[in-house]
Amino acid sequence: MDFTQIVPAMPALWEGMLLTLKMLVLAVSGGVALGTVLALMRLSSNPLLSGLAKTYVNYFRSIPLLLVITWFYLAVPMLLNWITGTFVSVGAFTSCLVAFMMFEAAYYCEIVRAGIQSIPRGQLHAAYAVGMTYGQAMRLIILPQAFRKMMPLLLQQSVILFQDTSLVYAVGLMDFLNTARSKGDIVGLPHEFLIFAGAVYFVISFGASTLVKRLQKRLAV
Amino acid sequence: MSMISIKNVSKWYGEFQVLTDCTTKVSKGEVVVVCGPSGSGKSTLIKTVNALEPFQKGEIFVDGISVGDAKTDLPKLRARIGMVFQNFELFPHLSITENLTIAQQRVLGRSLDEAMQKGMHYLDRVGLKAHAGKFPGQLSGGQQQRVAIARALAMDPIAMLFDEPTSALDPEMVNEVLDVMVELAQEGMTMMCVTHEMGFARKVANRVIFMDRGHIVEDCSKDEFFGNPDARSERAKQFLSKILQH
Ligand SMILES: Nc1ncnc2c1ncn2[C@@H]1O[C@H](COP(=O)(O)OP(=O)(O)OP(=O)(O)O)[C@@H](O)[C@H]1O
Ligand SMILES: [Mg+2]
Repeated sequence: MDFTQIVPAMPALWEGMLLTLKMLVLAVSGGVALGTVLALMRLSSNPLLSGLAKTYVNYFRSIPLLLVITWFYLAVPMLLNWITGTFVSVGAFTSCLVAFMMFEAAYYCEIVRAGIQSIPRGQLHAAYAVGMTYGQAMRLIILPQAFRKMMPLLLQQSVILFQDTSLVYAVGLMDFLNTARSKGDIVGLPHEFLIFAGAVYFVISFGASTLVKRLQKRLAV
Repeated sequence: MSMISIKNVSKWYGEFQVLTDCTTKVSKGEVVVVCGPSGSGKSTLIKTVNALEPFQKGEIFVDGISVGDAKTDLPKLRARIGMVFQNFELFPHLSITENLTIAQQRVLGRSLDEAMQKGMHYLDRVGLKAHAGKFPGQLSGGQQQRVAIARALAMDPIAMLFDEPTSALDPEMVNEVLDVMVELAQEGMTMMCVTHEMGFARKVANRVIFMDRGHIVEDCSKDEFFGNPDARSERAKQFLSKILQH
């Protein structure tokens, strides 16, 4: 075992980690936003809206993420091509980002929905009673409370996504894991690099989960 | 002039009829107390007035505006009617100050200055000015309910609805809330109050409504209701004898 060769590879590994984190932050933001819209649709009294959202969630929860990633890599440019009539190149990063956002939105939707449902109905009535519209009641009263309650679950789901971002190797993106593997292969030390990568994933994920648990305890009081 | 006019209102939850042909009105400056056994439809009736509960038959007018009309701007109408709930329903993630100002700003479009001034005025009136910076969870139930009343008053309502405002309170806190309500009534506020506080009814009510199983069984002046018990329906007599024992 020779871990010294990892040191010269650090700049490249750091680049990879940046891509991983950028993907994570963007995917979580987009996924939570889309998930919130889906949750509001699912809770709507309009059967068409709630049916659409329900189908969406069931669909994305029933197929593997890897499939979504490769499928979007092929389908998104084709779809754009078909819509705009010209060839647009979207790049692997964007297609992966869209795939993560749409896939994770299905999970965030269920979390946000449970969060909204956990806020007593009286709060919505009180918001309406002072003259708020549905949009204002959600934005100013219900969602801020729901998100506070759901923060631990949203973060936990994001830790899972942090690990799942490594699936971008399928379309050739150089994230942290893919960089580690390729560097390891080049210098002929694949085991060392993979062990190192595993340790980094473990420290970050476990650390984040521990923080989330602590947060959960604080919020529970 | 009637401020609130309820005409032949019926409401169903699926098969279950929760309100049957309810008719009554509340004139400007009048205080009407609604009482009746649990499950008789008091909350449902009072919530139909500001359209928190929809109804299938009949009509309700508030200040001449039809509540059931699909074209009515409900948020705008609700902003003009204050409502106080059994469980206070202050917004727990906002400070007392924000609870008092948020709707003034977002719904009425008042400036922060104006909203603060109004909010603090009413907070002072309910005797809680010193608590402006706290959060609802840091106040007692009685204090929270007084803030809830101030929140409603800060919107300059044309009428106030109360749904059992004291029934979730510890006994020693009931009076601090009733005192505020009595004062409000004496100042001429139009009020519709679901409550079993018969002392309050005796003091300030103009009329008393008694409900049973979704029907308005009694609707008469306070003097008639309390002064002529023999003329009351059997159900009302039973109910009164039960709650007046306490
Ligand atoms: N969402 C609902 N779905 C079905 N039935 C309901 C619903 N809400 C209320 N009810 C029923 O309607 C009836 C009237 O309820 P309501 O809350 O108006 O009674 P209440 O007179 O206010 O009683 P309480 O004194 O307990 O507050 C009750 O039998 C209740 O079970
Ligand atoms: Mg009730």
